Amino acid sequence: MKHLLGIDDLGADGIGEVLRLADSFLEVTRRDIPKVPALRGKTVVSMFYEDSTRTRLSFETAAKRLSADTMTFSAGSSSLRKGESLLDTVRTVEAMGIDALVVRHRSSGVPQRIAGWIDASIVNAGDGWHEHPTQALLDAFTLRRHRGDNFAGMKVSIVGDIKHSRVARSNVKALSSLGAEVTLVGPPTLMPPDLEGWPVTVNYDIDEVLPTTDVLYVLRIQRERQSEALFPSLREYATRYGVTTERLARLPADALVMHPGPTNRGVEIDALVADDPRSVINEQVANGVAVRMAVLYMLLGSGEGRAA
Amino acid sequence: MNLLIQGGTVIDAGGSRRADVVVRDGVIAEVGEKLTAAGATVLEADGCIVSPGFVDLHTHLREPGGEDAETIETGARAGALGGYTALVAMPNTNPPIDTAAVVEQVLRVGRAAPCDVYPSACITKARAGEELAPLGELHGLGVRIFTDDGTCVADAGLMRRALEYARALPGAVLAQHCEDPQLARGGHMNEGSMSSWLGVPGMPAEAESVVVARDIALAGLTGGRVHFLHLSTAASIELVRAAKAKGLAVTAEAAPHHFTLTDALCCGYDPLFKVNPPLRTDDDVKAVKEGLADGTIDAIATDHAPHPAQEKEKAFDEAPPGMLGLETALALTLTELVIPGLIDLPRALALLSWQPARLAGIAGHGGPIAPGRPAQLAVFDPEAVWEVDPTRLASRSRNTPYAGRKLTGKVRHTVLAGEPVVIDGQAQR
Repeated sequence: MKHLLGIDDLGADGIGEVLRLADSFLEVTRRDIPKVPALRGKTVVSMFYEDSTRTRLSFETAAKRLSADTMTFSAGSSSLRKGESLLDTVRTVEAMGIDALVVRHRSSGVPQRIAGWIDASIVNAGDGWHEHPTQALLDAFTLRRHRGDNFAGMKVSIVGDIKHSRVARSNVKALSSLGAEVTLVGPPTLMPPDLEGWPVTVNYDIDEVLPTTDVLYVLRIQRERQSEALFPSLREYATRYGVTTERLARLPADALVMHPGPTNRGVEIDALVADDPRSVINEQVANGVAVRMAVLYMLLGSGEGRAA
Repeated sequence: MNLLIQGGTVIDAGGSRRADVVVRDGVIAEVGEKLTAAGATVLEADGCIVSPGFVDLHTHLREPGGEDAETIETGARAGALGGYTALVAMPNTNPPIDTAAVVEQVLRVGRAAPCDVYPSACITKARAGEELAPLGELHGLGVRIFTDDGTCVADAGLMRRALEYARALPGAVLAQHCEDPQLARGGHMNEGSMSSWLGVPGMPAEAESVVVARDIALAGLTGGRVHFLHLSTAASIELVRAAKAKGLAVTAEAAPHHFTLTDALCCGYDPLFKVNPPLRTDDDVKAVKEGLADGTIDAIATDHAPHPAQEKEKAFDEAPPGMLGLETALALTLTELVIPGLIDLPRALALLSWQPARLAGIAGHGGPIAPGRPAQLAVFDPEAVWEVDPTRLASRSRNTPYAGRKLTGKVRHTVLAGEPVVIDGQAQR
């Protein structure tokens, strides 16, 4: 595998391989000196056209723990704002001699475009509404730490703004390919306009799905969606779809609650939910580094990518 | 210069016959079998069709203001190589064609170009959709097609007044870019299963068809002449079919990409496949073909929309919409419509030449090929197979979505007012 542009680049077997690799890297991250020389001499560049402290730090930490050299370009800080075209920017970066480019962009498809232009491995760190594959991988990894390898029949309910969510698209692909049964929950205005071919069921009523849900995956609600008339108010959204303590009470005792962060407490999720024993939200963040180490190692560590 | 076009099959609105054509002083002198003309330049037409030159109702020549993408000269050269002898220049230039000065500038530059250039002009000042442009003054300069193309005249009251006002301007046609701005807002491709999967904001087919429905109603209310630009959806075409059946004076055009390509091609996020109206679904492509076959659609219009390379080397949602069309329109018409048997060759040429000429009030183009008529001719080999190579196109831009495609049908000669501006596929100026 040369690039990780989306979950389809991996398939079920590839996802399994990432998760197994991440197990061993999780062990590395817990050592006194959490560093291995696996990618010594490799250069990993992060190019973030959209602010994302969490994902950017997670990738940088992963690359450093594999002993790769790292560089970062961020929107607002560099040439990315000088009106240089996307193609010119990535060609310039490539000319410095790099092995992998970790790309975050507000537009869907940018990592795929870049992969067609340069030789380095491209890792999608989130593109528009399209995909955020490492998020889905760390979510699957977190689930696996709790539930083991058998995802078959696991009932996952993804709640919220599916339409605009790259996390939802990657998770639908990853979890369904592992055998989970995915239900999308939210108001019709926050569903993609056409779900033909999606391996999901849709339910507009969160209260109907809660009692049979094994994993409640809560998405972040962007405040600007209200001004697009996609729902009347944040208050009404919270009333109809917010994960309140009352709703949590209807979730099975052994269910898990996940969220890609950062949370809007009081909107899509109650302030107290994070403290519920069923919440694994903090673990998701912690597992991100190990999973991204696994991805970078898979792309660069096995002799693929640019020769050192 | 005198010409003898020898060995071809002449097709015009009057029918098809084996005939040579002699051109003297820019005018067709003789049409008949085994003609001779002493001292004339001979244009070989063995196995070729001799047609009235094509007339494009929808060309973005970009001049003034967008000369890095195209100029009147380069666009007209691309047109000539595509068999066109007349181009209707869209007014979304910078400055827009909404004053007499810009109309005159385009006419003046166009006089030196290897195609006749007919500027269209804006319906509203600066295409802002607020105040009427000086329709009467511009009509006096010869403008017949009025359009805010690229933008819809979204205000129904304003569109009504424009249609009413233009009734006093003989031959004036109001050409609507049908796109409800609220329904289409933020969209970059057809809304549907493909846009949902790709995570690209979509614009629904209904953004087009609600305006078609509205303007059919306004045509009924006002008695004005509405032309629908680049129809792309099955629902729009059905509405126009019904309106024509009721006898309303509406016309419509379709672009080659809307009968050739679908939104599935957006899967790689390459903005070469970004166009407005967007590429739609298989069902819509089928409906466009049916509309062309049954007469619902009156013309094939290219919506030739050049963009410099750097404008397309962007994210899909950051790149401007539009694709080249002049040099591939004939071949796509033959490859997609004639060879599969959906329409015959005379009907194809009607859609490319005399129907758009009549629609735009361009009397000197579109045939017939008869003594005394201006010699505006396209001579093409309907069986020649060629591969589209973006680097060999005459347009100043390279944004064709057909790179590497093998198409059938190649222009051999183009004659503009008796001058062979293309000979054996080579532009002469």
